[in-house]
Amino acid sequence: MKKLLALLLVLALVASSLAGCGGAEDTGDTPSGDAELTVGFIYIGPKTDGGFSEAQDRGRQAMVEYFDGRVKTLEMENVPEEKQAVESAAINMIDQGAKVIIGTSFGYMDTLEALAEQYKDVIFLHFSGNKMNDTNFGNYFGAMEEPRYLAGMVAGMMTKTNKIGYVAAFPYTELLIGINAFTLGARSVNPEAEVLVVYTNAWVDAANEKAAAEALLAQGCDVLEQHCDTTGPQIAAEAAGAYAIGYNMDSREAAPGAFLTAPIWHHEAFYIETIQKILDGTWKPESYYGTMADGYVGLAEMSDLVPDDVKEAVKEVEAKILAGEFPIFVGPIKDNQGNIVVPEGTTLDRAGIWSMDYLVEGAIGTSM
Amino acid sequence: MTAFLAATVVAGTPLLFATLGELITEKAGNLNLGVEGMMLMGAVMGFAVGLCTGNPYLALLGAIGAGAAGAAIYAILTVLLRTNQVVTGLTLTIFGTGFASFVGKSFMGVPAPATVKSLFGTVEIPVLSKISVIGPMFFQQDIFIYFGYIVTICTSLYLWRTKKGLNLKAVGENAAAADASGINVNLYKYVHIILGGALCGLGGAYMSLVTVPVWQENVVAGRGWIAVALVIFASWKPSKALIGAFLFGGLNILGYRLQSMGIHISQYIVDMVPYLATILIVIISTRKNRKEDMGPADLSNPYFREDR
Repeated sequence: MKKLLALLLVLALVASSLAGCGGAEDTGDTPSGDAELTVGFIYIGPKTDGGFSEAQDRGRQAMVEYFDGRVKTLEMENVPEEKQAVESAAINMIDQGAKVIIGTSFGYMDTLEALAEQYKDVIFLHFSGNKMNDTNFGNYFGAMEEPRYLAGMVAGMMTKTNKIGYVAAFPYTELLIGINAFTLGARSVNPEAEVLVVYTNAWVDAANEKAAAEALLAQGCDVLEQHCDTTGPQIAAEAAGAYAIGYNMDSREAAPGAFLTAPIWHHEAFYIETIQKILDGTWKPESYYGTMADGYVGLAEMSDLVPDDVKEAVKEVEAKILAGEFPIFVGPIKDNQGNIVVPEGTTLDRAGIWSMDYLVEGAIGTSM
Repeated sequence: MTAFLAATVVAGTPLLFATLGELITEKAGNLNLGVEGMMLMGAVMGFAVGLCTGNPYLALLGAIGAGAAGAAIYAILTVLLRTNQVVTGLTLTIFGTGFASFVGKSFMGVPAPATVKSLFGTVEIPVLSKISVIGPMFFQQDIFIYFGYIVTICTSLYLWRTKKGLNLKAVGENAAAADASGINVNLYKYVHIILGGALCGLGGAYMSLVTVPVWQENVVAGRGWIAVALVIFASWKPSKALIGAFLFGGLNILGYRLQSMGIHISQYIVDMVPYLATILIVIISTRKNRKEDMGPADLSNPYFREDR
């Protein structure tokens, strides 16, 4: 009897913890009947995480709405970056009729590449990766440096202490690009401004992100920016009477007393364009790099805490970026050791931007 | 500097509650590795109740209830059914993590109501808060932290100054002997495992209601495991647990302070320091080999009365 009870209790524990992993879910916001195309989305976190995955999922919802019944989606959340997990998620969705699989995390790359080899009639799209093939595997990312530059301008004009704090997750290329674009933006309007960088070594750790933000505030920073996934820094800023700039998506409800703006993703721009091509049969593998002009990245509407003259100055540059007349990384640029990293007369192209391994002058922190 | 010290106490408080919870559990002879899970259950239920009712006291009760419920599952499995304590504890951690994600799904990114947050504002203790350094560090904090001091003192008095506490230690040291002397071993185990779980739940609630009062995925982020190590660090003494919790809280945020001051030691190295410190201290304390620094002798042994 006791053994039976033990077995049942253990089974209940295991079953309920597995329930969280679950199968691919058809959320019912898409018609189940006669859609022309089924698209499977694989997310690293929950689609209501208030950040990275939620931004992806909003893009998915907007895309579904746009195609009004022609496209059906399947989603799987909390899929870790492991071969086994990604494979079973993708195959599960392919078995349910998915003809397009979209993997939204960097670590899915190699598994998706192998799957693309195996399932020739399924199209695989990978966010933030650098691998593709000639038939059915493409990748996509965005020029986040553009809205980051604008966010830097906002911070540069709002700071009174000329110290801006930047809470970042890890010191690697994607984040260094963001810090550098932000710093250039801030110093374009306020040459005295310095950007103090603190790394937390985690994408999602609210308490540590807040602790890092508090450390920056204690150093006299009065505007904070972040490249990590929780609203911890914004809450710390609000408590200290400072300003904060968010990331990923508009998060003004979390800290209304501090929120200025946020560089954000509009994934629907890519999803709508690409799914349209797939429906039309004109899609070819590409390495998509969505800009502000493409509507793929952008700056969230500036809050009422931002004075009108700051808004105007930012909008002026925004218009230039949208018109394609304002590259972000134009020489001469010095790194924070004083070496010239982009010589005068040079403008960094996508490859140049993505080989950054330094922080620019005015950014105080390490790049390793 | 005082700001850093005050932040140290804040960062250490969830560790303190969880460490005391695990300490009491281990004193009953049970190793519960489900601390992380129970903290997350407490964090999510505390937040959920706070969100629905707007009442901070009910929120705390919710957190206590959730931590206790998690511990109760563990207690039934390990005490009544004598399952392996290590495996059961690990399962509880996985369960608690899933439970928190599942329950928290609907209010991800939602801030806690102002009525709940208002209870956890800074309250200065008269006289004591005026002492230099120590005042701002320990006595210009929120009431949750003061409650942590009280729980530490009470636990200490309970374990060394009351009959029940001594009985509890007997259960952990030698359950068979305790049983022979007329102590109800299983009752002691149940009560203290559940009490320990309740404290872990409170530790989790501190993270979701006070530290960052917005619900986010995985707020506890591994602190439950540090608490398990801290029990050994503290050699099963509440007073040392208090020191250990604040020390580790400080080490946890030290790296950010250094980085923001322009001292750029790689954050990876700073992240290693608390764990290196644990290993070091465990080595030192076992070298001395003093009886009072050892854990309960019957720790993680299931008790079969029939085997006596």
